[in-house]
Amino acid sequence: MRREVPLTIVFVCGAFMAFQYFVPHHVSATIYQYALNWTIIIGIFTLTVGIGSLINLHYDRISKRKERWQYSIVTLVALAYMTILGLLSPNALQDPKSLLMTMYFYVLSPVQATMFALLAFFIASAAYRAFRAKTLLATLLMLSAVIVMLGRVFIGDFLTGWLPEGMRFSDVARYILDYPNTAAKRAIYIGVGLGVGVTTLKIILGIERTWLGGGK
Amino acid sequence: MARPGWQNKLKQSCRVPAYLLRILKAAPKIIKAACFIFFICISVSARQDTINHSDSTLLLSEERLLAETFQQAPPADIRAEDQPNDPGNAIIVNWNLAPGDNDKDSLVSGYLIYRSDSPDGDFELVSTLPIGTTQFTDSGDHLVNGKRYFYKVASVYPVDTLFSSVSGAAVPVPQFFNTRLIPIFLFMLLFSGTTVAFIIQAGKGRRLYVRPIAGINAVDDAIGRATEMGKPILFVPGLGDASRVATIAAFTILARVAKKVAEYQTRIIVPNYDPVVMTICQEVVKEAYSSAGRPDAFDPKDVYFVTQDQFPYTAAVNGTMLRERPATNFYMGMFYAESLILAETGFVSGSIQIAGTDQLIQIPFFVVACDYTLMGEELYAASAYLSQEPQQLGTLKAQDWGKVAAVALMIAGVIVYLFSTGAGNSFMTWIMGG
Repeated sequence: MRREVPLTIVFVCGAFMAFQYFVPHHVSATIYQYALNWTIIIGIFTLTVGIGSLINLHYDRISKRKERWQYSIVTLVALAYMTILGLLSPNALQDPKSLLMTMYFYVLSPVQATMFALLAFFIASAAYRAFRAKTLLATLLMLSAVIVMLGRVFIGDFLTGWLPEGMRFSDVARYILDYPNTAAKRAIYIGVGLGVGVTTLKIILGIERTWLGGGK
Repeated sequence: MARPGWQNKLKQSCRVPAYLLRILKAAPKIIKAACFIFFICISVSARQDTINHSDSTLLLSEERLLAETFQQAPPADIRAEDQPNDPGNAIIVNWNLAPGDNDKDSLVSGYLIYRSDSPDGDFELVSTLPIGTTQFTDSGDHLVNGKRYFYKVASVYPVDTLFSSVSGAAVPVPQFFNTRLIPIFLFMLLFSGTTVAFIIQAGKGRRLYVRPIAGINAVDDAIGRATEMGKPILFVPGLGDASRVATIAAFTILARVAKKVAEYQTRIIVPNYDPVVMTICQEVVKEAYSSAGRPDAFDPKDVYFVTQDQFPYTAAVNGTMLRERPATNFYMGMFYAESLILAETGFVSGSIQIAGTDQLIQIPFFVVACDYTLMGEELYAASAYLSQEPQQLGTLKAQDWGKVAAVALMIAGVIVYLFSTGAGNSFMTWIMGG
């Protein structure tokens, strides 16, 4: 029963959702909306489970004095501080000058932006490795990348302006993006679509059941 | 003294013909006439500009003059009908353009749509539409299923607003099947039927060949390396929630990886972005340890929740990589801008990295920074490869046949295009040697 009941629920709900897509009737749409609301409500409740896990993990680190346990104190203090701020001023989200939103705009947002900014440097280092022409394919990749990069900025046409139209860097870059690149992307999209369909079918039919927590 | 013969020849050859002389004599008159005509044209043109641009009163007068040349009338042929393939909350109203509604110098400034639940009742204004519009969809919860609605359309002229006659009754009715989706429905049935057929065939013991995928073959080696090095394995299930199929595929891979990890007596760390995903991952890893006969080795604290913010989550996972120095990193599921930040940090920390995602934009980043990458559908195929269960392998065959069908449809589309357009005619002419 521990397996049959969830599998039956999944089969019924999965089949209903698959056919619901084709039924525009408002009853069908209402049931679908109810299901979405349930998902949101369950998600909110599981957030407490997540926070419990977070507190448990960091409390364990502090109590056992694990490596860099001091950061766990910062995490727990920040969690408690923001929670208390939110509880004490329920309308703080609507007030940009509230302490909660001030902490958000002037502490959290800059930290997040800093992490995002690191991406530029990581792209540079990754590109350096990707464009090392060790093999024929890597050489082709490098040449394509150079043409596309130059073709997207003014210097591309500045260097190849003397060539007839259609052979300049910007034209070749556009061709590479519009044809070989788009064809490859669409091939991946078709594969992903079929993969999603098959995986969904496996879950509905109960062939794939690792999401239940393990094998057969 | 007689001139030399060559001089006479030159004089004769340079003699101007008589008709040219006549034209030259008349030239001043021709030039005067041309100047007069040019002057007249310039004057008329300037006057036209003055009428068009200088004085709004003149403009209005012109509109009135033009209006008199048109017959002002309301929009004709008002038709209101239920919108098909909907939940029964929309009515489509169609009409013909009012006289004088055209792109250039339009006399109509717009249309007003009115609705009533009785042909003789009070009509309320529903919408105002620009010129050139011939259709309006009235939709929303204010329309009641089964109730009759009537519409009028008014054309707005500079002086008058003219109302059309009342349309026939339109009743919003819900439909039980969206007929526009019939091709998708048929394809779904065909694809599902093919998949089930392959699953049944595989269940009967038919051997199915599936091509090897390097990234999946490397899983066992990566776990073995971690065991030899005495370092943990990091499994990142991405930023998708549990309803995303890519995340579900990540669960299946996690189950196989966790079982191997349990067998090899290694440690696995799973930081989570979503609490629901965390709960499922805990169950998956716990079950994997149990099925490997080592339930006591499972530590729930190794499968933990971090945060639901993208970059704080990335920072936390990066910190785990640099502190724990895992021998192998798995990135499976949905990833966004954090993919390269994670993979590059993993590269710097010296881990073997295996990634799998269906997010097209992130695939190049993983290809560059990871040792192996499961691209798109390979992520979904991974669980079948890892399990080697006949039924699972059968679904891979269905995927392959789906791709064959997609290619066949594309070829058919190209053929239809070639035979039904001018491009096709040119192509056929070329084929025939024309």
